[in-house]
Amino acid sequence: MEWSWTVVEAVLPKLAQGLIVTIQATFVGAFLAYVLGLGLALLKMSKIKVVAWISYWLGEFVRRTPLLVQLYFLFYVLPDLGIFLSPFVAGVIGLGVHFSAYTSEVYRAGIENVPKGQWEASRALNYNSYQTMRFVILPQSIPPMIPPLANYLITMFKETPLLSAITVIELFNAANIYSNSHYKYLEPMTLVGLFFLIVSVPSAYFAMRLEKHFKPKSMRG
Amino acid sequence: MASVEKIIEFRDVSKSFGELQVLRNLDLHVNAGEKLALIGPSGSGKTTILRILMTLEDIDTGHVLIDQDYLWHQQVEGKLQPASDKHLHKMRENVGMVFQQFNLFPHLTAIGNIQQPQMLVQGKDKADAQAKGMDLLKMVGLEEKRDHYPHQLSGGQQQRVAIARALALEPKIMLFDEVTSALDPELVDEVLNVLRMLASDTDTTMLTVTHEMNFAREFADRVLFFDKGQIVEAGEPKEIFSRPQEPRTQDFLKKYIAGIA
Ligand SMILES: Nc1ncnc2c1ncn2[C@@H]1O[C@H](COP(=O)(O)OP(=O)(O)OP(=O)(O)O)[C@@H](O)[C@H]1O
Ligand SMILES: [Mg+2]
Repeated sequence: MEWSWTVVEAVLPKLAQGLIVTIQATFVGAFLAYVLGLGLALLKMSKIKVVAWISYWLGEFVRRTPLLVQLYFLFYVLPDLGIFLSPFVAGVIGLGVHFSAYTSEVYRAGIENVPKGQWEASRALNYNSYQTMRFVILPQSIPPMIPPLANYLITMFKETPLLSAITVIELFNAANIYSNSHYKYLEPMTLVGLFFLIVSVPSAYFAMRLEKHFKPKSMRG
Repeated sequence: MASVEKIIEFRDVSKSFGELQVLRNLDLHVNAGEKLALIGPSGSGKTTILRILMTLEDIDTGHVLIDQDYLWHQQVEGKLQPASDKHLHKMRENVGMVFQQFNLFPHLTAIGNIQQPQMLVQGKDKADAQAKGMDLLKMVGLEEKRDHYPHQLSGGQQQRVAIARALALEPKIMLFDEVTSALDPELVDEVLNVLRMLASDTDTTMLTVTHEMNFAREFADRVLFFDKGQIVEAGEPKEIFSRPQEPRTQDFLKKYIAGIA
């Protein structure tokens, strides 16, 4: 097996296109995951027991079933119910819904980790619910949420090759298509790995810096 | 004569947590301006009384009145009904509380902690709130710590900021729940001195739960000894501490002197 720069040259433009799709899917998926996750977290913390209970188990269900199966469901089963999604849309919804189950836990933990004394002090000072959330609870719970939310962005990026299963031509699939038609695997797959590394390593480092930056200065409430 | 006005009344109040009855048919009157010390063994319901007044805990039966107005109820067309959020909000203006664990807002500086409630709750502008905040910081001896965050302050300093924060809203009633028991012994006095000063210089009604008997003796107009959710004995400090009548009070004070309570 010998490394061929001609193959590299031929496959690079296709990989570049794939990378763009990968990045788009990651960011749109993450946006969905952050927004849906916040909604799910609020439902999980609902004072209405049934709502909290149902949304808790909904989250567990989504978390405990494989993303691949969820993607198949969205792309191959929904059409039977008359719902047709493009590969990209199905993929992004799959990513977003799957990871919203994780981000909802980040939000919930962030809020519940604020000591009870902070809620009580707010009540004693006669803050209303909005003021308590806006000026006491969120300023304390958002900073520790940022590193894990950033980490999920990186995880989602790494999971995007799964979208190839529903025919999205993202980075991995672009390489795969080339490989299968030219019987050249070494260069395309090496390059795919390299691309992921080039993005993942610096962003992991960045996430680590975030974690340091947002480390609580004091645990005392 | 403001001093004979009843500012707090508990009428036949009971409160349970599940199976555990914490307050039993409690009756209690507090006159405006009175300085009260609440003492008694652990679990006797002292904190619960303060928390009910601060609306952190509701009551099961009976009535609580602040300034002749129902706290946990309100009159609607002549009938008593459970208090609405709006009513509770209005009633809370009368009361301030200082906690054992300080509960300062960790993301705000000392002055920020005192300023924010005035702006949010009383609608003051920043300059007014800050001026008042600085006066209060001066009063508790922490002027130069205005821009320090809670984690940069000692426990005693944090607690003094917490007192200033509560005072900033000018409540008629101040509640202090064992405000020195989370502190290192050498920091206790700097906080108690603030309470002593408030007691002598203001006509704020003060309810203080404390295990510092010497402090209670000099600070209080009246001492209430609690046990099992009831007032066992009440009176002037010198009566309670020098000539306790009830066996349970005698027993408690004996244990305290022996260093157990
Ligand atoms: N939210 C709650 N849920 C269940 N039990 C509670 C709750 N709050 C207080 N209790 C219990 O009620 C009893 C009375 O509590 P309270 O805090 O009023 O006592 P206390 O006189 O302040 O005691 P201490 O001197 O230890 O502070 C205790 O046995 C306590 O464990
Ligand atoms: Mg207590």
